[in-house]
Amino acid sequence: MLKVTGLSKVFGGLKAVDDASLSVSEGSIVALIGPNGAGKTTLFSCIAGFQKINAGKVEFQGEDITGLPVHTIARRGMVRTFQVTQPFARLTVHENIAVGAYQQFPRRDEAWEHARRIGKQLGMEALLDQSAAGLTVAGRKRLELARTLATGPRLLLLDEVMAGLNPSEIIEIVEMVRAIRASGVTVLLIEHVMQAVMSLSEYIYVLSYGKIIAEGQPREVVSDKAVIEAYLGRGAAEQIAQSHEQEGAHA
Amino acid sequence: MLEVRGLRAGYGRVEILRGIDLDVAAGEIVAVLGSNGVGKSTLNNNLSALYRPFGGTIRFKGEDLVGLSSTEVVKRGLIHVPEGRRIFPDLSVLENLELGSLVRGKPNRQRNLDRVMAIFPRLKERLKQMAGTMSGGEQQMLAIGRGLMSEPELLILDEPSLGLSPLLVEEMFALVQRINGEGLSILLMEQNAVQTLAIAHRAYIIENGHVTMQGKAADLLRDPALRKNYLGL
Repeated sequence: MLKVTGLSKVFGGLKAVDDASLSVSEGSIVALIGPNGAGKTTLFSCIAGFQKINAGKVEFQGEDITGLPVHTIARRGMVRTFQVTQPFARLTVHENIAVGAYQQFPRRDEAWEHARRIGKQLGMEALLDQSAAGLTVAGRKRLELARTLATGPRLLLLDEVMAGLNPSEIIEIVEMVRAIRASGVTVLLIEHVMQAVMSLSEYIYVLSYGKIIAEGQPREVVSDKAVIEAYLGRGAAEQIAQSHEQEGAHA
Repeated sequence: MLEVRGLRAGYGRVEILRGIDLDVAAGEIVAVLGSNGVGKSTLNNNLSALYRPFGGTIRFKGEDLVGLSSTEVVKRGLIHVPEGRRIFPDLSVLENLELGSLVRGKPNRQRNLDRVMAIFPRLKERLKQMAGTMSGGEQQMLAIGRGLMSEPELLILDEPSLGLSPLLVEEMFALVQRINGEGLSILLMEQNAVQTLAIAHRAYIIENGHVTMQGKAADLLRDPALRKNYLGL
């Protein structure tokens, strides 16, 4: 569904993304992890057309989309969320979601109805008439997801939708992402919450200093020495190993 | 060091905190846990005088803080590192750090700067870079570094692990322990509840505007109800 080949992005003298390649097959959930400042968000921006790239190629559903404008890419079915959520603060939650829905439904009543369905799907029904400014962090993250989902994407790029959520809120949003995939949407996500990465993703890419330093099945990747050193740290690596053993024991 | 009694606070007519009692003794790490929207940031904003409480008292080193300006609160050594970094994106890293000593810590600016750079070598590499061009994790380091430039006696950290990689989260908690070991008292608001309870001495759980549980962090970590409802274990 998505194939990125040899993508590089340079800011001044800094190579933020350095010859990165990755692919996401239809119907999968793939994670992109890596240290802070590795270039994950920049790579997302380049893939979705927010940044011009210096080298490489981005193919989506078999077509070359390199250099196409954001709105064209969005119309073809690839949309992203932003780490720092910026809803239209003076609009209601319902209106915010409807902004995304207009992509599929130019008629106001249809967009409005679709926005309601999406809000319901993400458990925001009770919040629809509330102003977006009054939402909590968890609510804003959910609205960010709702707005992009309302555009009717084929591929969703999720940039840290779990940051700032408490453990029980994370469990809820993990379930939502699963349901979104079950509805036929492919997902590529950037996330630091490893509990979520491990339970959601089928394949993981690790980016460090702009380069892909490891890729593979979740269990392979989290036991990779370079990944532990650059990203996980020993504490987190041990925790993940332990929780796997426990799951194994239960099974 | 900090004694909060019957604190009621909110915004406009909405009362979010409905009578909070909370203490931080000198040298302690005290954690405040609670779901999003429960009022943790409201508590911080009132402690650091960004907002004025509806009622109750806030005493710091024996002195009542209610009614003082936030500048006066900073002068007394109560420093707040806000959630979401709130650095100045168009200023350099060095300028951001220097602003941390605008009100307090100016005479020792160079010494404090050296200390911050020793704690965060990443910032040293980027002193001249515009702060807004750094990654989220680096900006978080800068926000804490800026707080340390004010020579805090009590440091309020509002979600310092937000958006950090697991390795940096681990380092962040180790750092909090380390600066605490140097004598700094810390009030820590976090979502990363398990790791927070592992380093805190005591903790408060806030629900519906009230403190519903409090005690030694080690005891709370073992509490079955808390593990199930809040920690997701």
